[in-house]
Amino acid sequence: MTESSENKTANGEVCHRATNGIKPGRNGLVKNHYLYQQQQQQKCCHPDEKVHHVACNGGLYSRPFNESFEETPMLVAVLTYMGYGILTIFGYLRDFLRDWKIEKCHIAREREEQRDFVPLYQDFENFYTRNLYMRVRDSWNRPICSVPGAKVDLVERVSHDYNWTFDYTGKVVKDVINMGSYNYLGFAENTGVCADAAAEVTTKYGIGVSSTRQEMGNLDRHEELEKLVAKFLGVESAMAFGMGFATNSMNIPALTGKGCLILSDELNHASLVLGARLSGSTIRVFKHNNMQSLEKLLRDAIVHGQPRTHRPWKKILILVEGIYSMEGSIVRLPEVIALKKKYKAYLYLDEAHSIGALGPNGRGVVDYFGLDSRDVDIMMGTFTKSFGAAGGYIGGKKELIDYLRTHSHSAVYATSMSPPVVEQIITSMKCIMGEDGTTIGRDRVQQLAENTTYFRRKLQEMGFIIYGNDDSPVVPMMLYMPAKIGAFGREMLKRNIGVVVVGFPATPIIESRARFCISAAHTKEMLDTALSVISEVGDLLQLKYSRHRILPSLDRPFDETTYEESED
Amino acid sequence: MDVKNLKEYLCWLYYQYLLITGIYVLEPWEQSIFNTVLFTMVAMVIYTSYVFVPIHVRLALEFFSGLCGGQPESTVALMN
Ligand SMILES: Cc1ncc(COP(=O)(O)O)c(C=O)c1O
Repeated sequence: MTESSENKTANGEVCHRATNGIKPGRNGLVKNHYLYQQQQQQKCCHPDEKVHHVACNGGLYSRPFNESFEETPMLVAVLTYMGYGILTIFGYLRDFLRDWKIEKCHIAREREEQRDFVPLYQDFENFYTRNLYMRVRDSWNRPICSVPGAKVDLVERVSHDYNWTFDYTGKVVKDVINMGSYNYLGFAENTGVCADAAAEVTTKYGIGVSSTRQEMGNLDRHEELEKLVAKFLGVESAMAFGMGFATNSMNIPALTGKGCLILSDELNHASLVLGARLSGSTIRVFKHNNMQSLEKLLRDAIVHGQPRTHRPWKKILILVEGIYSMEGSIVRLPEVIALKKKYKAYLYLDEAHSIGALGPNGRGVVDYFGLDSRDVDIMMGTFTKSFGAAGGYIGGKKELIDYLRTHSHSAVYATSMSPPVVEQIITSMKCIMGEDGTTIGRDRVQQLAENTTYFRRKLQEMGFIIYGNDDSPVVPMMLYMPAKIGAFGREMLKRNIGVVVVGFPATPIIESRARFCISAAHTKEMLDTALSVISEVGDLLQLKYSRHRILPSLDRPFDETTYEESED
Repeated sequence: MDVKNLKEYLCWLYYQYLLITGIYVLEPWEQSIFNTVLFTMVAMVIYTSYVFVPIHVRLALEFFSGLCGGQPESTVALMN
């Protein structure tokens, strides 16, 4: 760190610098810092001084926060680039053939009469889609024909022209183990209490009223849902929307505007990015989950104010997500909240993946870290994942929700939620809260946590490179090379396991990965089958890249060098 | 038995080659183009090294031995 004079002033300050010195993110040894800092804190901070307590994040975490992003092995990176190089050369060859009409072009392209207009299909994304994605397209967008629970039936399809078109054979691939759905608590079911309740409500209310909440679309179910959500989150008031994506992209513009500053994590979901852009505020991006970077931006924003005029910013809004769906990392919420309080900013937390999936009571990251939900100004989340429904919510202070009710675009113009969907959410949420008089919800939350730990540990032991937090049910497994993306999807499906593979536009070009989503509906046997198949395919495709074969166990003693490293 | 194992091993090796070069995803005719080009290049490298390396080694050896051993003598002889 560059600051040096001030760290020596007070004990607390020293502690604070230690905080800043952490090299967050990708060093794979983050946990050691915290272990060290916990001890450090006891040495140097007076425990009863609040300010210092906030500054030392060692004390902010009630549980170990293990997040690892193992570095890409050099050789693998080189080979990956080489692979993309070769594929690019062949892409140019094919484009050349298409240009000269030697080969038929199957995809949209410039028409003859548009020759002299601005080219539409020449940028890298189009090239990538045409020449790389198309070749492995069979691993994406697979049509399904059953409820996407722990197992799913796929419609079998074949391609006779290398994935340009697909033919359905009329057969069904039965009982594929589903490792790809965001069905964290296993509420995607077509039997059981939720389905029954939804069916009953359908017969009573129909499937929708085609009107907005402010006109005739407001039903008692909606009111009940909002009360329940507020109770579930532990906030004063809440509001539900029909679509998670629109919840973000339409409400952020209602909250901030010109003269406001948005600090956004670099890996935020497209909906948050869209919302931030629509709002017209200035956007600054901080490094993924990097508190140093965030603090620097906050401090700069307060010191310098708006560009040119140097007026103070009207509002500073921090946008973060609970679980990042591509990295499997969990936001460092205690630190974000400490920073937010220190710099008097507002915090917008998108819990799309974490609600239901994290925390002892399934109430998201706030519950996971044992914090107070009143410290988060805007609690946003979706019903699409854990609740097996659709839609999004925003929770917070009553004034906030009242304001949004009248000002948010998606509150004013969108049709109200469909009653069966609302009922599905109400029933599943009550189940998680234990209000239905059973422990099913609690058991599922527990089961998910167990499954996650088990699955992650096993994969790590097998020697795969796994990203993200140990407690996150999103498990990205690195594949790197372009050919392995397609091969992995195909080989897994051959062995009756459905996985999601992720490539370029969603990830950096060399960090292609497979993403497993663990569900509470997965039984131990399913996970074991999946794991043995993954191991088999991993051997076949040589995916066990990890060089940390022996795992650092939780109680590995810290070594001072790690701390020393983090100082500079 | 051994032959079968060897064949399997070669298949596996070829599969790895397909994956690492990325040509796994290409169409067969593209694969054969790539293989042909690579094969020709490797063959040419081997052939050139077979033809030229011995000559270069001999020349180099002569040069260095000339530097170390017989040089003064021979230059003197030449000058005379
Ligand atoms: C972080 C985040 N926010 C919002 C959304 C959008 O939610 P929905 O799919 O319900 O529109 C998603 C969905 O993928 C998400 O991952």
